[in-house]
Amino acid sequence: MIVFLSILFVGALFAGFIGSLTGLGGGVIIVPLLTIGYGIDIRYAIGTSLIAVIATSSGSASAYVKEGILNIRAGMFLEIATTLGAIAGAALALFAPTHAIAVIFGFVLLYSAFLSFQNHKEDPNTESLPSKKSGRIIELLKANGTYMDGGKLKNYTLQHLGGGFIVMSLAGILSGLLGIGSGALKVIAMDSIMKIPLKVSTTTSNFMIGVTAAASAGIYLNRGYIDPVLSMPVMVGVLIGSLVGARILIHSQTKKIRVVFALVITFLAIEMIYNGIIKNI
Amino acid sequence: MPRILKQWNDARMRNIMGSLLRVGVFVSAFLVVLGGILFFIHHHGEVFDYTIFKGEPARFREVHLIIIEAFKFRGRDLIQLGILVLIATPVARVVFSLLGFLIEKDWIYVAITSIVLIILSLSLFSTYLSI
Repeated sequence: MIVFLSILFVGALFAGFIGSLTGLGGGVIIVPLLTIGYGIDIRYAIGTSLIAVIATSSGSASAYVKEGILNIRAGMFLEIATTLGAIAGAALALFAPTHAIAVIFGFVLLYSAFLSFQNHKEDPNTESLPSKKSGRIIELLKANGTYMDGGKLKNYTLQHLGGGFIVMSLAGILSGLLGIGSGALKVIAMDSIMKIPLKVSTTTSNFMIGVTAAASAGIYLNRGYIDPVLSMPVMVGVLIGSLVGARILIHSQTKKIRVVFALVITFLAIEMIYNGIIKNI
Repeated sequence: MPRILKQWNDARMRNIMGSLLRVGVFVSAFLVVLGGILFFIHHHGEVFDYTIFKGEPARFREVHLIIIEAFKFRGRDLIQLGILVLIATPVARVVFSLLGFLIEKDWIYVAITSIVLIILSLSLFSTYLSI
C-alpha cells in the first residue's frame, strides 16, 4: 500500500510540476496517469483529479489575487456559466459510459496539445481601447477593467459577452465531465472572444477554476467518486509540484518544455482514445 | 460605521480574498497530511483495490456525516474533512465576495454572486435534495 501511494505521490508531484510550468494545470495529466498508468477506474480518477485542480487553483490564486490584475467582476459573472456547465457535466458523467468519457477526454487532450504548440500574442487591443464602445449589458455589469502593466495603468473594454458566456459554459461542462480545470478554454473565451488582455485572462481563468471545480466536486463527493486514500497523495503531490513549478517558471525557457509536454499529452491522448474505443476503460 | 467598512474598496476585498484562499488550502492540506499519517499507522499492510468502481460509503459522501465522523480522529475521516474544507474554500471566497458587494451596495453583483452561491449549494448538498 505504501509503495502504491508513494508512486501516486511521485506521479502527482510530476503532474503538478509540469502543469504549472506549461500553464495547463495538473488535471489534464492526473486522469490519464491514474487510468492508463495505474489502472484505476476513471470515475475515481476524475474525482481525485478535481480535488487536485481545486488545490492548485486556490493555492496559486491566493498569491496573485492581491496584485489586482484579475477582473473579479467579469470573473464572477462568467462563473454563472462555468458552475452551471460544471453541474451539467458532472450529471452527464454519472450516466455516460466510462469508455465514452475516455474518448472525449482523449480528444480534449489532443486539442490541449495543439494549443500548447501555438504562441499567444498580447492583443494590441489593450492600447486603443477607450475609443471602442462596449455593449449596454457590459456597461451595466461594470465589467470593463484596468490593470497595471510595467508601471502604466491600462484600460480595456470587453466585447462579445454572449459568445464568451457560451464558451465558458462549455468549459464548465468539460471540467465537470472530465475532472479537469479547463483553463485553456477559459483563457480562449476571455482572450480571443471577449478581447480581455492575455495577462488578465490567464489570472482570472485560474481564479475561476477553483469555483468551477468545486461546483462539480460537490456532486462527485455526494456520489462517492472521491476517495480519501487516493486523494491524499495526489492532492499533496500536486500542490508541492505546482509550487516548485511556479518558482522555476520565472527562470527557465518554457518553449522547449512546451514541445516536450505537447508530445507527452499527444501520446496520452491516443492511449485514452484507443483504450476507450476497445472499451478497456 | 466601523473603520473597515468606511475604507472598503476592491483592493481591500482582494487582500482578504487572498488570505482566505491561503488559509483554506493550508488547513485542508494540514488535515489531509495528518489523516494520511494516521492512516499509514493503522492500515500500512492492507491493500485497496481501485480498478473497479464501488463508490464510497456514506461517511465519506455526505457533508454532515463527514463532519461528525472527523471527530473520531480516524485517518480517512480526517482526510475527507480536509477535502471538504478544500471544496468549501472557493465557496467561502464566493460568500465573502457577496459580503463585499453588499458593503459596496453593488446590487447587480449581489444578485450575480447569489446565483453562483445557489448553484454551488445545489451541488454540495445534492444528496439531501435527492438530485
